[in-house]
Amino acid sequence: MILKPSAQDFKKIGYYIGKIIIGLSLVMLIPVIVALANREINPALDFLIGLEIGLILGIILTRFCSPQQDLGWMQGMVVVSFSWLVATILGAIPLYLSGHWNSFLDACFDAMSGFTTTGLALVRDLDHISLAHNLWRHLIIFIGGQGIVIIALSFFAKAAASGAFRLYVGEARDERIMPNVISTARFIWSVSIAYLVLGTFGLGISGVLNGMRPTSAFFHGLCVFMAAFDTGGFAPQSQNILYYHNPSLEIVIMIIMILGTINFRLHYNLWSGNAKEIFRNIEIRTFFFAVIITFLFVVAGLTQHLVYPCGMVLFRKGFFQLLSAQTGTGYMTIYAQQFLREWGDLALVGIIGAMALGGAVCSTTGAIKMLRIGIIFKAFCQHIKKIILPEGAIFSEKIHHIKEVFLDDKIALSASLITLAYLLLYVIGAIVGVFYGYPFLYSLFESTSASANVGLSCGITRPDMPLFLKLTYMFQMWAGRLEFISVFTLIGFFWALLKGKR
Amino acid sequence: MKGLNISYRSRGLGFLFLLCFMFILIGSQKAQGHSSFDLIESPTKYDGKRVVYSGEVIGEVMIRGDYAWVNLYDGKAAIGVWLDKNLTRDIVYTGSYKAIGDWLEVEGIFNRACLEHGGDLDIHAYALRKIKGGRAVFHRLNPQKLKVALILFVGLCLSLILKRLPKG
Repeated sequence: MILKPSAQDFKKIGYYIGKIIIGLSLVMLIPVIVALANREINPALDFLIGLEIGLILGIILTRFCSPQQDLGWMQGMVVVSFSWLVATILGAIPLYLSGHWNSFLDACFDAMSGFTTTGLALVRDLDHISLAHNLWRHLIIFIGGQGIVIIALSFFAKAAASGAFRLYVGEARDERIMPNVISTARFIWSVSIAYLVLGTFGLGISGVLNGMRPTSAFFHGLCVFMAAFDTGGFAPQSQNILYYHNPSLEIVIMIIMILGTINFRLHYNLWSGNAKEIFRNIEIRTFFFAVIITFLFVVAGLTQHLVYPCGMVLFRKGFFQLLSAQTGTGYMTIYAQQFLREWGDLALVGIIGAMALGGAVCSTTGAIKMLRIGIIFKAFCQHIKKIILPEGAIFSEKIHHIKEVFLDDKIALSASLITLAYLLLYVIGAIVGVFYGYPFLYSLFESTSASANVGLSCGITRPDMPLFLKLTYMFQMWAGRLEFISVFTLIGFFWALLKGKR
Repeated sequence: MKGLNISYRSRGLGFLFLLCFMFILIGSQKAQGHSSFDLIESPTKYDGKRVVYSGEVIGEVMIRGDYAWVNLYDGKAAIGVWLDKNLTRDIVYTGSYKAIGDWLEVEGIFNRACLEHGGDLDIHAYALRKIKGGRAVFHRLNPQKLKVALILFVGLCLSLILKRLPKG
């Protein structure tokens, strides 16, 4: 029997969503300050309006929804999935007010794309957007990459302490780095800020050495870092990374993308001096093999069509695009149309495969993720061994992920179910694309890019694309980022609201 | 004899007209140039060929030794142009939030996957012409936005007062 949610359930959910909205709204102070410093008055007002709406909403929710009990699993999941929708609408307000998006839905599309670190964009005339709006586009990637809830946990530690772990898990982060979730959230932020300083410096220096003005180089460096480390894919200019025509910058970006795709627990181990872990970790090993295999597809495809004049050029273009796909970043050094017109089907299959697999769990990437691929592969080997070995033989398979873990059926089943859900999501989006007349492979490319939060585009994502396709991609980005559970819980919550019994 | 002279003269005039027409045609073709759409959608067709492309300078001019990169946006997409840095001297405005960039027409060789620049789709320009000068853009304060911001500020103050009121 499904029970109808009680008033107390709504109070709990409303209270935590209110807290998250307040946290998110306060982040808008950064673009307000940037706008005022650059004498961008109208953009400052855009963010002020967004900030005020957010604060009013947050204050009202926290005032009227004070919970008397601890946050349960169901409420925690609903808070997370719903707060991502609210964040999207709130984050889209200043974007829409800038006049660079055709409709509020388009602005929501880009906000969702940013928060989920996807990188697909519907912005118009990006090259004339204000610095404050450009910074906001990248800042929402940075917030979304670490997790919207992580922000709230960091800001409102006391308030969120009781249900903190449930919120943390709901945001597709089931691995605690430290015993305490709030310490974990703070560690994630410390790591990210440390890399932010180093990465911005590296990218800025590369820009200055390649003819950019220092202020511009460091601003671009900051934006590109946020989108590369959080595997987002937005860039300050419409040509994406091709704008810079800078090989050294591409190398720095590739390093940052790899750092962004590594599990934060592994970062913790590396920072604690346990460098050996990187060679033993199942995720890193799987990532390494996945990159090699998918890159072989890309090389074969590009060679087949003689796309690039020499091996070095093929490597530079092919490997950057591949790594961008595998890490879920979505940065491009070619035009979207070149994927269709030049790369050929085999290379596209390699890129789609890389996008579909993704990076590490508890990182900023999306998609199926390496740990699950590794587990499924090991479980498959275990199954084969069972068949080959004598019936009475006892053996056990282990995986090394920070520590040795026995591979049991429960772990394998859980990994398989999430993988299956992702595969379904990729295909459903592709079918919607085919319905609107796009060829299957291109539809699959774009659908996988949206669901796996990658952001590479073969040209389907445009402001004039069909409305339902926009909504489909938005759903895919959201469900893909949250890894389904909290999204399904929200759907279940609404179902209980309609059909549940008191 | 006179009739023959008239015939020669009229033929000569006809030839002159034809020549003028051809020059006009070639001239207009040159002025029309290629769009980013043409070049990006059909790169193989133009690969290694002379193209004329025009667009607004966006971002900034990036000097690299004796050369420079300029990105030109024609309203559909931007394409990178590699050219002698001396040619960039005339560029005053580059497109951003605060300026509309100079509109330039460049003539050069189009590369689908430039060997010199790691496979970038670009144009190596040898001639540049400023079609239209850019300008600084002054954004006036939007009174509607200001009004909304002020009303919301009042709403925010009220909600803060509400928050401080005792419950029940």
